Amino acid sequence: MSNDILVITEHMDGKFSDVSFEMVGKARELASALGGQAVAVVIGSGVDANVFASDSTLHIDDAALSGFNPEAYAKIVEALVKEKSPKAVLFGWTVTGMDVAAWLSAKTGAPCAAYAKDIRVDGGGFVVSCQVYGGKLMAEVAPEGDMAVIACLAGSFPVEAGQGSTAATATASPVDAGSLKVKFVEAIKPAGGDVDITAQAKLVSIGRGIGGKENVELAEELAQALGATVSASRPVVDAGWLPRTRQVGKSGLKVKPKLYLMLGISGAPEHLEGMKSAELIIAINTDKKAPIFNVAHYGATADLFEVAEAMLELL
Amino acid sequence: MAPKYEKAKAIQKENVVVDGIDISGHWNRMFEQRVITEYTPELIEKIADIPNAESFANCYQCAKCVAVCPVDVVGNYGPRKLYRYAQTGMDLTEAPELWLCTTCANCLRVCPKEVNMVKIMPAAREQAILDGKFVPNELQQAFENTAKSGNPLGQPQRKRDAWIKDAGVEIPIMKDLGRKVDVLWYVGSYPSYHPRGIDAASAAARIFTALGIDFAILGKEEKDDADSQRLAGEKGLFEMMTEYNIETFNKYEWDELVVTGPHELNAFKNVYPKYGFERPVVHYTTFLARHLDKLKPMLKHSVNKKITYHDPCYLGRHNGEYEAPRQLLEAIPGVELVEMGRNRENGYCCGGGGGGMWMDSFTAKHTTMRLSEKRAMEAASTGANVLAVACPFEVSRFADAVKSTGNEHVDVLDILELLDRSMRGDQ
Amino acid sequence: MNIVVAIKHIPSIADDLPVSGKNVDFDSVDFVLNEWDEHSIEQAVLIKEAVGGTVTVVGVDLIGELDNVLHLALAKGADKVVKITADDPAADSHMQAKWLAEAIKGMGANMVFAGVQASNDLDGQIGPMIAAYLDMPYIGGVSSVEANGDSATVNKEFAGGAGAKYSVSMPFVAGVQAAPKPPRYAPVSKVRQMAQTATIETVSPSGDASAGLAFKNMAPPVATGHAEMIEGSSKEVAAKIVELLKSKGLA
Repeated sequence: MSNDILVITEHMDGKFSDVSFEMVGKARELASALGGQAVAVVIGSGVDANVFASDSTLHIDDAALSGFNPEAYAKIVEALVKEKSPKAVLFGWTVTGMDVAAWLSAKTGAPCAAYAKDIRVDGGGFVVSCQVYGGKLMAEVAPEGDMAVIACLAGSFPVEAGQGSTAATATASPVDAGSLKVKFVEAIKPAGGDVDITAQAKLVSIGRGIGGKENVELAEELAQALGATVSASRPVVDAGWLPRTRQVGKSGLKVKPKLYLMLGISGAPEHLEGMKSAELIIAINTDKKAPIFNVAHYGATADLFEVAEAMLELL
Repeated sequence: MAPKYEKAKAIQKENVVVDGIDISGHWNRMFEQRVITEYTPELIEKIADIPNAESFANCYQCAKCVAVCPVDVVGNYGPRKLYRYAQTGMDLTEAPELWLCTTCANCLRVCPKEVNMVKIMPAAREQAILDGKFVPNELQQAFENTAKSGNPLGQPQRKRDAWIKDAGVEIPIMKDLGRKVDVLWYVGSYPSYHPRGIDAASAAARIFTALGIDFAILGKEEKDDADSQRLAGEKGLFEMMTEYNIETFNKYEWDELVVTGPHELNAFKNVYPKYGFERPVVHYTTFLARHLDKLKPMLKHSVNKKITYHDPCYLGRHNGEYEAPRQLLEAIPGVELVEMGRNRENGYCCGGGGGGMWMDSFTAKHTTMRLSEKRAMEAASTGANVLAVACPFEVSRFADAVKSTGNEHVDVLDILELLDRSMRGDQ
Repeated sequence: MNIVVAIKHIPSIADDLPVSGKNVDFDSVDFVLNEWDEHSIEQAVLIKEAVGGTVTVVGVDLIGELDNVLHLALAKGADKVVKITADDPAADSHMQAKWLAEAIKGMGANMVFAGVQASNDLDGQIGPMIAAYLDMPYIGGVSSVEANGDSATVNKEFAGGAGAKYSVSMPFVAGVQAAPKPPRYAPVSKVRQMAQTATIETVSPSGDASAGLAFKNMAPPVATGHAEMIEGSSKEVAAKIVELLKSKGLA
């Protein structure tokens, strides 16, 4: 049993994601309150692991792990947890962290708190604030037992606090890659040809409120009149109304345009992750209690079709 | 399937003089006879083989229907054309044309062969849906909302009676009342949830109360009639809602069912009897016209407006009520009632019927303007400053349409709202 | 191919979620099928249509209203449906995953699908937990699955159209992000036909697991900021937005 905090970092194409640094920063704070160490865990090869402000960094450097493998990550983390008996294991509530956090919880019997927005130490344990029900409720929960698995929403903590230059210790993988049932075959690059929404200065972004594929045209017209590009929240893309390349949010792209005009997007935490640093956010939604109004700079409770059509007349 | 026919071959002689008149070249052009076997009856039969769509095959191409079809006015449509398209290769169950008919029934009124699009379209649409063919997204959403939430707007069932607290009068709910009432008022989905519908529902509540009507509503137990979903092809959904509604209506004792909407009237009066529900049902205009003697003295405030009235297809053509709405409007002091060119039996459709309410974006792609916009322009051209309506679908449709056609000076108001204004003065 | 789809019936977030004590007031909310589950059902049916097999949909009946969801699943192409009667609207992901795993254990599944996440996954998603309880590998964020013999080609999504292709030996659990096609529409007549003819296999919850989370508080988030609201009709709102954009050189 230690008071250490393990942070399972994540990287792609040789770069760590922001949430990795955010978690390391938070882990330092938690570890110092508990008298333990913040340990950054880097799994996979082809990345410079000496970039964290952790107390120590463990690099499981194995060429067989060059592509993300959920089964390998799960088994490696399970072995590490056995070895280190940490107080907490932090994951990003991301497309990679989500594959492992709940698995580890069920495997080890340790509690899991997901959608974590904040973590604080309370009487030797933790209290985690979790943003659940699409951002409509905040739950404060205290994980019971010796170890907690906490999956953190990206953007919850400052990035800078986790940036540093702690020298990583390279370790061999405790898992035999040959025995894995999940095999990484190849990376799939985004389909070329479409616009890069991360490079656009203005985005007109549509959500479920757009109602149907046939209505996307209205958004296209408005975007054209504004010199903008149409982007979307996940449900629109999942429904096949726009290609995946237009998706903003956790499972989509992170954007930082000058203008982010939102039509019919309620603002689930996963979407906010992808757009909250836009310079000017204007949201139109019929639900006056939509969480997006807590993030947008300007908002209106109105029918998006009426507003879009009226704007088209004025532009 | 591409059209099978070829152009008839032209015959012309270079030098022809008849009785001293030179008709050389194209002046003597004639065409070879064509044998009329170049089209296939298969795609007509495919539709006519669907139960309830049999009359599709009766068409003899006289085209009376096209002249009165509201969709043809803003596009290229009409039952005769659908028949011809089918002859030349269009499978109606896969064509966009399948979704454009609003079941307004004006074609049936003039058809000498009783080709009944009000039956054909729902049957063909149902077939398309069952076969997993294309269904406009918006419409699918309305179906799913109705099945899940009990209303096409997707609003929570628990909030169906949330509007009553702002109506200004007490509105009894059957479940709480625990006794028989004279009138069970079926409010309807749009009057329960849509802001403009709530305006009309609140007005109705005040009028009923002022008249001393012994009424109650179903509150949270009320669910959509789903008649328009039936006409849009979701018969199973309609039947599910019908069973629920009949059971709910029969749970309580009442003498008469008053409905806010013509579509509900159509469902409860004309379709529900097939499912074993035969009880008195009236539209609010009919009901209030019956109480006109008592209502008239209450209409104290003048409403100095020039008003034109739009006949809802499902109140007029489908159910024969043309007079009651006009009587109510004429009873309001100060009102000057003017008629649009197309009125009563030949009234122009707002585009909301037959599921059109939930296909505006789809329809827009296949027409030059919305039917509601065409109608709003007709209303404006009478010089009226109020377009009076009696169907909950219409208020929002026309309110949009007067704006988009630059006729904001025309107010769109339900007859209920006008009566309420006259009763209470401008509030 | 024997595909099992584990589903979650969850409080609808279409409306406000009232709180009672330290949890959602489950009596005042509507329960709906987790939206990602619609995709995992679609993915399962697509595989069945491609290579044959059976699709079994299994879920925990929390409030006695799961039958509607299961009939819908049958109308969309599931062959068999199973409900675990729990009658506990507060059952967390761990409990549900354990019960589901116990129910799935004897089904001989080649693949188990679950929605990649649900809005009430406070203690994590059921997919990875079922995998842990059944000792199968898990892969989430899945956007397509193709079965080839005793393994499957699985595409996982990362972000912005990037992803990776995996080969996964059966049996395994996949968390479905999106099916290759939008979930199909099930006509109500088909759903009703299923309701009249189909049998729902009922099993009692077996096994025990817990989230191990003590609830301290549950409340709507305290807004850190709020948008400046533009009031008025849609026309007025549009005019004000256009004016704002012009003033900032954005229109």
